[in-house]
Amino acid sequence: MKNIVETKFYTIEEPIKFESGIEFSPITVAYETYGKLNDNKDNAILIIHALTGDAHAAGYKSENDKKPGWWDELIGENKAFDTNKYFIVCSNILGGCSGTTGPSSINPNTDKPYGLSFPVFTVEDTVKVQKKLLDYLGIKQLYSVSGGSMGGMQAIQFVISYPDYVKSAILIATTSRLSPQAIAFNAVGRNSIISDPNWNNGDYYDKAQKPDRGLSIARMIGHITYLCEEAMYNKFGRELQNKDHYDFNFDIDFQVESYLQHQGQIFVDRFDANSYLYITKAMDYFDPASKYGSLKNAFEKTSAKFLIISFNSDWLFPSYQAKEIVNTLMQLNKDVSYCEINSPCGHDAFLIEYDNQSKIIKSFLNNQIKGDSNE
Amino acid sequence: MNNHYAQSNGLHINYSLISQMVEDNSKVLDLGCGDGYLLKLLKDTKNVKGFGIEISQKEVISCIEKGLSVIQGDIDEGLRQFSDKSYDYVILNQTLQSAKNPDYVIEEMLRVGKKCIISFPNFAYWRVRFNFFFSGNMPKSKVLPFEWYNTPNIHLLTIKDFFEFTDKRNIKILQKIYTTKANIKKDFRYNFFSNLFAEEAVFVISK
Repeated sequence: MKNIVETKFYTIEEPIKFESGIEFSPITVAYETYGKLNDNKDNAILIIHALTGDAHAAGYKSENDKKPGWWDELIGENKAFDTNKYFIVCSNILGGCSGTTGPSSINPNTDKPYGLSFPVFTVEDTVKVQKKLLDYLGIKQLYSVSGGSMGGMQAIQFVISYPDYVKSAILIATTSRLSPQAIAFNAVGRNSIISDPNWNNGDYYDKAQKPDRGLSIARMIGHITYLCEEAMYNKFGRELQNKDHYDFNFDIDFQVESYLQHQGQIFVDRFDANSYLYITKAMDYFDPASKYGSLKNAFEKTSAKFLIISFNSDWLFPSYQAKEIVNTLMQLNKDVSYCEINSPCGHDAFLIEYDNQSKIIKSFLNNQIKGDSNE
Repeated sequence: MNNHYAQSNGLHINYSLISQMVEDNSKVLDLGCGDGYLLKLLKDTKNVKGFGIEISQKEVISCIEKGLSVIQGDIDEGLRQFSDKSYDYVILNQTLQSAKNPDYVIEEMLRVGKKCIISFPNFAYWRVRFNFFFSGNMPKSKVLPFEWYNTPNIHLLTIKDFFEFTDKRNIKILQKIYTTKANIKKDFRYNFFSNLFAEEAVFVISK
């Protein structure tokens, strides 16, 4: 029997003030929950998805559903995020296109999709929306907040924005600010979308042709950054795709080409080009060290216990960036543990290397219980 | 840094010795903490707060399983992230001899810790000398089980070496203990015989 889950929706009617100064409403949030909230309402864990993820983190949507949620290996009964113990919440990011209000949503004032009239938002704004959802769900304090990649950036911001609300944070394959190299890749992705004539200044929702070409190339670039040289050798080598000779034309010869094309194609069916622009921009802007003067200032008021995990072959969110956070937290006398997991999978490792991640996360959360009872 | 010696040996005599030297409720940094045995002992019996630093992923995971705060890192890179005298104790248990730059590691420990606890196997121990003298091979023992080509112990030293080192660098020795097969000798004096009979030594130093 499959664990069937359901995506729910909550609409925040009152305006939320964005970092840009704009007040925005209404915002509908798509979310899923797994496990039960206890009587003290303090066993909740917020899971935050990465750039193109959604609220469907675990379980199946129906008996016929073939693929479980994106972190199903880690979330469930007796898994790292154990639904026998914890109440897990995961919601789709503000500006996304999987149920939460974003540029593809209908603007109630015009009855048309927002398109580029959707306000530019930041990671801090996305976290504000998450907090509203948790308040609505009656959660008094988060037992933990966790995310990988951009999900980790939001988890960092969550701890900074609500220092007393969060008891622990598990930050995986993430950074407190993107490197210029990572921003550059995001920029090329956005350029690819914007230069697609079908993008039409973001106004394409009622058109027959969508900026699929641009979006799929953006995704192909993304996938290059999620792998690493070794991962590409392991996955594809220089193997040809369903052939034993070069075709001497510009169709697909190599397996790696075919992989990227496939990833690009399936992506356009589930993702909105404008959402890609907005969300990558929020990632690029994220930089608490510059916002609060220093990383030390940013983390100073936090009371959470931290677990930080990086992967040695991840060059998009490299280990040195994780260590920067670790060192800052140690200087502040915060409780922090750090593990660099050996993996040949590049940035994608956080969605692949489950053995060690499970062990570490499970122990960390369990020992947090013990620590609590000592207090 | 791996705590190769302690794992291979399985003896925990040093652990209880060291834990006796640490005051209750102090702040401790355990360099090369291995599987976290000592740090856990200190946490449970002395209520210390602090971190372990360990280079091996496997050992880091063992520490996390014990509920310890541990940072994966290489102590040979120094302790730059720590400010001066920010820890009551910095511990280097059976790891000195496998550091790439032991003198740098000790200087960094003295900068960060109010007191430093260092333990190491004494390479002038009579069995080691005996072994070397008669076999003509690089000495091996329970304490030093490795071959010359795979040993992590690249900077082996003697008690005499350590005394000379502290002397030259104006490092204060606050406590010194050596252990033999049968005995624990506290506050010994350095002489030919202590250097011969000590199997392992533990020093508390400061600067």
